[in-house]
Amino acid sequence: MAAIEGSGAVAPPAPIVQAIAAAQRRRKLSYQLIFGATWFVLIAAIVLALTTRFDWAFLAKWWQFILAGAEVTIELTVCSILLACVLAVLGALGRLSPNPVANGIASLYVSLIRGTPLLVQIFVWAFGLAELGLVLPLFWAGVIALGVNYGAYMTEIFRAGIQAVPRGQREAAQALGMPERLIMRRIVMPQAIRIVIPAIGNDFIAMIKDTSLVIVIGIQELLFRAQSAGRQTINIMEASLFAAVVYWVLTLFFSYVEQRLERRMARSDR
Amino acid sequence: MELGEVVVSATGIEKYFGDNHVLRGVSLDVRQHETVMLIGRSGSGKTTMLRCMNFLEEPTVGSVRIGDITVNADPLHTRSRAHREQIRRLRLQAGMVFQDFNLFPHMTVLQNCTIGPIKVKGVPADQAVANAERYLDKVQMLDKRDEYPSRLSGGQKQRVAIARALSMDPQVLMFDEPTSALDPELVGEVLLVMETLAHEGSTMIVVSHEMQFCREAADRVVFMEGGVVVEQGPPEQVLNAPEHDETRQFLRRFLDA
Repeated sequence: MAAIEGSGAVAPPAPIVQAIAAAQRRRKLSYQLIFGATWFVLIAAIVLALTTRFDWAFLAKWWQFILAGAEVTIELTVCSILLACVLAVLGALGRLSPNPVANGIASLYVSLIRGTPLLVQIFVWAFGLAELGLVLPLFWAGVIALGVNYGAYMTEIFRAGIQAVPRGQREAAQALGMPERLIMRRIVMPQAIRIVIPAIGNDFIAMIKDTSLVIVIGIQELLFRAQSAGRQTINIMEASLFAAVVYWVLTLFFSYVEQRLERRMARSDR
Repeated sequence: MELGEVVVSATGIEKYFGDNHVLRGVSLDVRQHETVMLIGRSGSGKTTMLRCMNFLEEPTVGSVRIGDITVNADPLHTRSRAHREQIRRLRLQAGMVFQDFNLFPHMTVLQNCTIGPIKVKGVPADQAVANAERYLDKVQMLDKRDEYPSRLSGGQKQRVAIARALSMDPQVLMFDEPTSALDPELVGEVLLVMETLAHEGSTMIVVSHEMQFCREAADRVVFMEGGVVVEQGPPEQVLNAPEHDETRQFLRRFLDA
C-alpha cells in the first residue's frame, strides 16, 4: 500500500491486519495447549491403567540397578552404528562399483542380511561361531550382529545418497582433472552424507531399541537388567514399564541431538 | 590480439548415442588467444562437440589435442587406467564452465577455486589462495570469497565458476551455454566477464546463443547443423552474409527475435 501511495514511508498496519495477526497467535497458542493437554491426558490414563496394582516399593529398590543397563545400551548403540556406517559406505561403494566382484560381494551381503531375521544373526555371531571355535566376547558379538545387520540396510541408504548427488558435481570435478578417488572423497561423499543424515538418525533411534534383542545372548543391557530384577519377585510389569520409559527418554534425547545436527549441516546447503 | 599457434585440435570427431549419430566427423582447430563460438539450433551437436573436447563425453571416433596432450577416442576401453589417466591430463589443460554452474555447495567460494590447484596440481595452499583471489577479483567476486554458493545469485555463481576454471591456469576455457540458466537481468554481468577475458587474449570455445557476445568478442563463428560444421568464419561474415541456407534460416530466428 505504501508503495502505491508513493510516500515512501511504511504505512501503519490497518486495524484489520493487527486483528488477523492476533487471531492467528491465539489460534496457534490454543492449538499447542490442546495438543499438550491431549498428551497429558493420554499418558495419565495409560499410567493409571497400568499401575493400578503397581509395586512402587519394587521400583524404589531396583531402579538404579536397571538404569545402569542404559549405559550398556548406549555403548552398544554407538559402537554398532559406527560399525554399520563403515560397512554401509563400503557396501554402497561396492554396489555402485563397475567391478562385478565388488558389486557381487556387496549385493550378496545386503541380500543375505536383509533376508534373515536379526535374532537369528545374533545367535549365529554369539553361539554359532563359538561352536566353530571362534568365541567372541558377548558384547562384541552383539555389536557385530547389530552393526552388520544395520550396515546392510544403511548400504542402500548410502547408495541412494551417493546417487542423489547431481551428476554435474562429478562432471565439474572431472573437468578440474580430479582423479576418481578424490572426487568420491571430497566432492560426492560430503554431499551424500548431508543427504543421508536424517535417515541415519532414524536408524540410530531404531538401533537404541533393537539393542534390546541381545538380551538373548545375555548381555547385561537395559532390558536384561529389568527382566532379571523383575523375574525374582514377579514384578514384570514394573520392570518392563520402567525399561520402556528409559528407552523412550533415550530416543527423545537422541532425536533432539539429531535434529540439531541436521540443522547445523543444512546451514551451508544450497 | 594476434593469434598464436594451434592450442586445441579436435580431429574427425564422431559420436553415437546408441544408434543416434550426433556428430558426423567434426574437426576444429583453435589457436592461442582465439575466441571461437559454436552456434546452431538445439540438437545440432554443438554442446556434444564441446563435451567431447574434454572427454566428458567419450567420442566414438576421433582424437583431441590440447597443448601437448593428445587423446584418441577409445570407447571400447573407457575403463582402462592408462586411458583414463590420459583423459585426466587432457582435462587439466582445459577449464570448463557449465550451464548450471555446478559449484561445490559444501565449499566456500574461495575453496571452490582452490581445491583443484591444491589437490590436483599440488600448488602450495598460500599460493593457490593468492591466485584464486586474483581471479575472484577479476570476476568481481572477491568480496564474497567466504560465502557459500547457496547465498549467491545465478550470475554471481557463474562468475565464481569462471574464476574456478581460471584458477587451474588452463590453456583454453570452454563455456557450455553459460548464460542459458540465468534470469535475463543477470546475463549481462557474465557476458561482460567473458568479453573481458576474450579481449585480454584468453583462448576460449563458447557454445552459446548470445549473438551480441558473438559480435563483440568472437574471432570466429562455427555454425553446426545435423552433426557437421556447415559454415564458419569471422562473425561479421557469418552473421551478416551467410553462405548457406541453413545458416540463414537459423540466424533469421535469432536476429529477428
